[in-house]
Amino acid sequence: MRYAMAVDTLRCVGCSDCVVACQTENDVPIGHCRDWIVEKTTGTYPELQLEIRSERCNHCANAPCVRTCPTEASHYAEGGIVLVEESECIGCKACITSCPYDARFIHPEGYVDKCTFCIHRVEKGQNPACVSVCPTHAMIFGDLDDPNSDISRAMATRKWKSLIPEAGTDPKVFYLI
Amino acid sequence: MSTNMNRRDFIKVAGMGAGSLAFATPLFDFSKGEILAPDTVPGMYAKRTPTYCEICFWKCAGWVHTNDEGKIWKLTGHEDDPHSNGRLCPRGTGGVGMYNDEDRLKTPLIRTEVGGVQTFREASWDEAFTYIADGLKKVGEEHGPECTALFSHGSGGKYFGDLLKAFGSNNITAPSYAQCRGPREVGFFATYGEGVGSPERVDIRDTRCLVLIGSHFGENMHNGPVQEIAQATAKGASIITVDPRFSTVASKSKFWLPIKPATDMALLLAWMHVIINEGLYDKDYVEKYAYGFDDLKAHVATMTPEWAYGLTTIKPEIIRETAREMANASPRVIIHPGRHVTWYGDDTQRLRAVAMLNALLGSWGRRGGYYNPEKVKFKNYPHPPFPKPTRTWRDAFPGKYKLAGLSLASGICDATIPTIERDCSFKAWIVNGTNLIHTLPNQANTIKAIQALDLMVVVDTMPMEITGYADVILPECTYLERYDNIRVSPHREPTLALRMPAAEPKYNTKPAWWMAKGIAEKMGLGHFFPWNDIEEKLDWELKQVGSSLEEMKRLGVKKMDRSYDDLYPMENLEDFEFNTNTGKIELYSTAMEDEGYDPLPKYKAHEEPPEGYYRLIYGRAPMHTFSRTANNPNLTDLMDENSVWVNPKVAKEWDLKNDQYLWLENQDGVVSKTPIKVRVTERIRFDSVYIVHGFGHTNKKLTRAHGRGASDADLITRVHIDPEMGGTGMRGNFVTFRFEAGEEVSS
Repeated sequence: MRYAMAVDTLRCVGCSDCVVACQTENDVPIGHCRDWIVEKTTGTYPELQLEIRSERCNHCANAPCVRTCPTEASHYAEGGIVLVEESECIGCKACITSCPYDARFIHPEGYVDKCTFCIHRVEKGQNPACVSVCPTHAMIFGDLDDPNSDISRAMATRKWKSLIPEAGTDPKVFYLI
Repeated sequence: MSTNMNRRDFIKVAGMGAGSLAFATPLFDFSKGEILAPDTVPGMYAKRTPTYCEICFWKCAGWVHTNDEGKIWKLTGHEDDPHSNGRLCPRGTGGVGMYNDEDRLKTPLIRTEVGGVQTFREASWDEAFTYIADGLKKVGEEHGPECTALFSHGSGGKYFGDLLKAFGSNNITAPSYAQCRGPREVGFFATYGEGVGSPERVDIRDTRCLVLIGSHFGENMHNGPVQEIAQATAKGASIITVDPRFSTVASKSKFWLPIKPATDMALLLAWMHVIINEGLYDKDYVEKYAYGFDDLKAHVATMTPEWAYGLTTIKPEIIRETAREMANASPRVIIHPGRHVTWYGDDTQRLRAVAMLNALLGSWGRRGGYYNPEKVKFKNYPHPPFPKPTRTWRDAFPGKYKLAGLSLASGICDATIPTIERDCSFKAWIVNGTNLIHTLPNQANTIKAIQALDLMVVVDTMPMEITGYADVILPECTYLERYDNIRVSPHREPTLALRMPAAEPKYNTKPAWWMAKGIAEKMGLGHFFPWNDIEEKLDWELKQVGSSLEEMKRLGVKKMDRSYDDLYPMENLEDFEFNTNTGKIELYSTAMEDEGYDPLPKYKAHEEPPEGYYRLIYGRAPMHTFSRTANNPNLTDLMDENSVWVNPKVAKEWDLKNDQYLWLENQDGVVSKTPIKVRVTERIRFDSVYIVHGFGHTNKKLTRAHGRGASDADLITRVHIDPEMGGTGMRGNFVTFRFEAGEEVSS
C-alpha cells in the first residue's frame, strides 16, 4: 500500500475549493491552511502559459521531517502517510525548517499541523476532502501499488512531475502536466 | 419616522446583541434532519440536512452536516443535483462562514435621532413591523402603492415580492437583469423567441468547441459550466477565449484572442462574414429554420477579417482560423452568451450577434450546443388574486427600453429622483439581500435617490453599506438557518430542491417568509399569506407535484422525468415553430425593426481611454460572490483584498512596483475611496487594468472586509444605457493612477 495523490494541472482552475474543504473538514483554524494554490505564469504578453497547482504535504517516502523529529511525533502511518502525533510534538519546529515544501505550520494549540491525506476518511474508503469536492475532478487519490487504481493509470498514461525532486525526498504528490 | 429628518446620514451599523429580544419558542423543529451513522470525524455523530446554496445564483443543492452538539460543521454537494453534481464550489463549501460570521446583523434596528445625531436603536420585531406597515400605508395613501419598490437579490425576496403585490405594486426588481444578464435574454429572445435563462441552457458537456467572449469560468465559479468545461476538454473539445486578460480559462484554451476592449462586435461580424463567405454555415439548418439570411449576407459582405483587424487588433488569419475551428465542430459548438454582459450600451445588439452566430452554425436545439431545458410545473399555495396596479416603473420611461422583459433596478433607482416631468416616482424601497451601493453603477446617483425616499427597509444578513442608509433594518437569518421556497430550476431534467434550517437562527434573526407575513398581517394583508407556517405551504405545494415535505427532507433533491423527449428538438431538423413574428430563427429581427431598433447588429465605435488612462475592467474571483462574501471568515481567509492588474509596460511607465498601494482616479475625477495593491502581470493588455469586483468596503462593522482593496463601483460613474432594454453598460470608464488619497468622502 503506497498512498499518493496526483493533481491535474490542466484541469485545476485554482478555485481554492480544496483549501476551504480541508479547513472545514479538519477544523483547521482560520488563518492557517494544510493545502494551498500556486499559480505560475511564464512567457511575455501575448505568448503566455499558466500553471495552476493545488499543493500540500508531499507525504515523502524519504521525509526530512520524520528524520529530524526528535520525539518521533512525525512518523509514517499506513500506506506511507506522514503524520504528526500531536501529543508527542514539542513544537520545536525542526520539521518545519527541514521541509522543502513549506507544508507545516504551528497550530495555535502548540503542535505542528499539516495535511494528513484525510486518513480518517481514507480508512473508511473515502477520498480526502480536497479530492472529494474538487469541481473539475482535478485530483486523484489512491494506491500506487495497485496497478488498476485511478492514480496508477493516470501516472502511466500522462506526463507528470513532482516538486523539488532534487531534494531527494521521494514525494508522493504528483502533478499531471 | 424619517420624515423628521431631512437627510439620511449614513450610520455604521453596530453589531448589537439582543438576546433579550429573542423569541422564546423556536420556529422550527430541528430534529427532523437525517441522522447518519458515525461520520468521518472519529467520535463525532453527525446529522445532515438538505439545503441549496445562497452564496451565488447557481443555487447548488447540498447537505449541511452538523455535529452532535448541533453545530454546523461542513457543507457538501448533493449527488443527485444537476447544478452541483455532488460538488460545491469554494463559496458553497465556505458557506459555513456566513453562518459563523460574528459581524452579522443581530436584531431589528430603527433609525432615530439622539442629540442631533442620527443613530440606530434596537427594536423588537413587533415594533419594526409596525413602523414598516405604517410607513408603507402612508406612502400608499399619499402617493399610491405603486410608489413602492422591492430590490431583491436573494431567495427571501420572493416573500417581500408577494407583500408588495398584495399591497398593489409590481415594481419588483433585481440587479441581475439591467446590471447583468438582461441584454442576453433580449438578444436571444429577438432571435429565437426564447431566452437563455439560468442555469444557462448550454450543453457544454457534449460540445466540441466552446467560444467564450469575456466569460471567465474558473474565476466565475458557476459550478455547472466549470465542471462541464473540464469534462468537455478532457474529451478533446477546444476552447476559444476572447478576453483582454489572460484569464484562467484563457490558459486552458486552444486560442486566446486578446481583443482590444469594446470591439467584440467587429469580431462577431467578421466571424459571420467568414462563415458565410467560405460556405461554412449549416446550410440545411439555416434553410429550414432561419429568416433573413440574405439580408445578413449582404450586411456582413464588407466586414472582412482585415476590416476587423484594424478595430480588434486580432490578426485576420486568426479570425479565419477560429471561424473554421467553430465550423468544424458545428453543430456541437457553443458561442457562449455570457452572463454579466452589460458592458458598452450596445449589449443587446452584441448578444444578438452571438445568437445569430450560433444559428449559422446550427447549434441551437442541438446536442453539444443549446439544449431545451425543462422545469417542474409548480403550483404555488393559493391566495386571493393580487390587486392590479395602475402604474408601473415603465410609466417613468415613456417610449424607452421597449424590449425590457423585466423591471430595471437602475431604472427604478433613477425614477426615484424627483423631476418635473416624472409622475411615477418612488417613495419607499424594500431592499433584500443586495448591497445597492456596490451593485448599481454611479453611487452618487443611488444615494441621491435614497435621500428622496420616505421609507427604506433593508433586509440583510450582514451590515452591508446599504444598511447604513436604511430607516429600518431587518436581520435575516442565513440560508443555513431557514426555509425558503422550493428550488424549481430548468435543466436537462427537471428537479426540485429543498432548503431547510440546519440550525436554529443565531442571534435575533428571522427568515424572510416570517417577516413578510408579519408585516402583511400588520397591514391587514394577512389573507394573502393564508398558510400558518412555511412548512404547511411547502408541503401543500410539494404534494401537488407528487412529493411532500417529508419526502424532500429525506431526499433533498428530487429528479423528475421530462414530459417529452425533446432535449435537442432540432437534432435531426425536426419541424419547429419559433416564438418569433416569422416563426423562424430571426437573423433579421422583425421585432427589433418594429420597435425602431436595428434589425441587424451594427459595429459602433466606443470611446477609448484618454492619454494616461486605462479602461477599467472588472470581474470575479472564484472564492467570492460580488461584495456579499467579502467578510466571510473562510472565504476572506482565501482572498482578503483585490489588486489592480497592470501590464509591465504600464508599470514601467508609471514606475509601479508589485504590492505597492495606490488609488485609482477615473475620467470624472472620482478617486477610489480606498487604496489598492498593484499586481504587475503579463496577463493583461497595456490599454486596460483589471480588478476583482466586491472589495473596498467602507463600513467599519465589516471588520474583515473594511478598507481592504478598492471598489470598481466607486469608479463606475459613466454608464452607457442600452436603448433596447435599459441595461447599464459599465465598461466605458477609464482610470489613472494616483499616489495619494482623494478628498475625505463621508459614506
